[in-house]
Amino acid sequence: MKRLHAMTVYVTLGIGAVLTLLPLLWMVSASFMPAGEATAFPPRLLPSALTLEHYRALFTRLNLARSAANSALLAAVITAISLLFNSMAGYAFAKFRFRGRDRLFRLLLAALVIPGQVAMLPLFLLLKEMGCVNTYWGVIIPGMASIFGIFLIRQYALSIPDSLLDAARIDGAGELRIYWSLVLPACKPILVTLAIFTFLGTWNDFLWPLIVLTNSDMYTLPVALANLLGEHVQDTELMMAGAVLTVLPVAVLFVALQRYYIEGILSGSIKG
Amino acid sequence: MNPAYWFLAPALSVIAVFFFVPVAASVLLSLTDFDIYAIASRANLRFVGTENYVRIAADPLFWVALKNTAYFVAVGGPLSIAVSLGAALLVNAKVVRLRGVFHTIFFLPVVTTLVAVAVVWRYVYQPRFGWLNYVLSFAGIGPIDWLGDPAWAMPAIIVMAVWKNFGFNMVIFIAGLQSIPDRLYEAASIDGARARQQFLHVTLPMLAPTFVFVTVMTMIGYFQLFAEPYVMTQGGPAHSTLSIVLLMYQEGFRWWNMGYAAAIAFVLFAIILVLTVLTMRFRPVGETPEGAP
Repeated sequence: MKRLHAMTVYVTLGIGAVLTLLPLLWMVSASFMPAGEATAFPPRLLPSALTLEHYRALFTRLNLARSAANSALLAAVITAISLLFNSMAGYAFAKFRFRGRDRLFRLLLAALVIPGQVAMLPLFLLLKEMGCVNTYWGVIIPGMASIFGIFLIRQYALSIPDSLLDAARIDGAGELRIYWSLVLPACKPILVTLAIFTFLGTWNDFLWPLIVLTNSDMYTLPVALANLLGEHVQDTELMMAGAVLTVLPVAVLFVALQRYYIEGILSGSIKG
Repeated sequence: MNPAYWFLAPALSVIAVFFFVPVAASVLLSLTDFDIYAIASRANLRFVGTENYVRIAADPLFWVALKNTAYFVAVGGPLSIAVSLGAALLVNAKVVRLRGVFHTIFFLPVVTTLVAVAVVWRYVYQPRFGWLNYVLSFAGIGPIDWLGDPAWAMPAIIVMAVWKNFGFNMVIFIAGLQSIPDRLYEAASIDGARARQQFLHVTLPMLAPTFVFVTVMTMIGYFQLFAEPYVMTQGGPAHSTLSIVLLMYQEGFRWWNMGYAAAIAFVLFAIILVLTVLTMRFRPVGETPEGAP
């Protein structure tokens, strides 16, 4: 009876795992197939011969290298700036006393329910006035701070003992110095978590870059890929290579650092 | 001056100027006829009061988009939560070794880029040489033109969305399951409760707060459906996958009817807000988990 139960669980898990992985594995496999093979009937699971021609086409003819560089640059810059800004604010909410603190924090949390799309139209007009449409700044500026990031840091920073900070103040350390050499190191795990969140979120983001980046030289990978689909919908293998190029960096990053990522989800939900 | 303000200033200025101000401006924008002529010159801008909202109420396309989005939320949401819970129960089962491996596999689609996997699924759904129809043909089903048939396009998008998202809620359910004290199960089994009864009378009641959280988050996320129809169907066929955000995008950023689009965004916000508040009201039920037999 118990063996049967274990068997059932494993078989179900196995089928689930295969179904989950199949689209991704087929994407990788088809990206190496010679042109036309991914649309053969019956469908093929594996390429008859490995070819890199589609990747070569993406990098040479189709300018996807530029989009990959845009994506990497934007994700890195936004991650760095927002980590700095959010950690400062999160620390202030956790460890300083000031008038209206709790009310302000509650206001920020309540604003989490406002969908981002509500802000997008005026934001576009504002950035247009600032001359930021179709520049990197158009993507970077709205991403420089996030309520969720502040929240995550604040929850973590609450656990830093006040006595530690006060001792440093008595020793004559300035506030900036305390933040930089005491608070930041103490918050390292949550900073790593937030960094992964922000990097993946920016890399995968679609709607805002689609709106604010209008020139194909500025496109991020998701925007470039959606655009490529318009012209190359028949070139299945090429599209799969583009999809691999887009997904692979974040998938690798996740598998390498998943412990931090999962912890972040949980501290943003259950404990929060 | 309190040093707190210096630490708050950078983040709060960014959020104020690039989020709160636009949200407030959006209210005003939705009361104007802001269109492509107004982009050229603000002199063409007129205050029209609630005209945009009246227009929405009379716009058949908006009602189609609302119906499609509601369909996606009402079917896709519960389905994805059910799959998440099922996966969480399986991964968390006592007999399972290599838990981490299954955990990683099931979570992987969550971190993938939506646009990229939507492209992949387009080919999975391809009517002539796609995998899905090939597999179904062995059961004598089909061929079905998944993304080309107005009756099947939204179900196809739902299946893809469930595949992409279930890992996220699974993680939250696993944490919820692990926080249920073992003694509750022990007490239940001493009282003679079988596995099914334990699930119904211990597990589910104890997971109630998790359910509320997961439902709210899923609902908010699913109402913002955009990239899937944008990439897979462009809102077609026959508007059967046109979502509210896709309509807002088309009105606002393709036709530059920004006043009208802002009103659409607000209607979406109002719907999300009302449903979130209603769901939150179920919370007290979850805080009395002593329904165990």
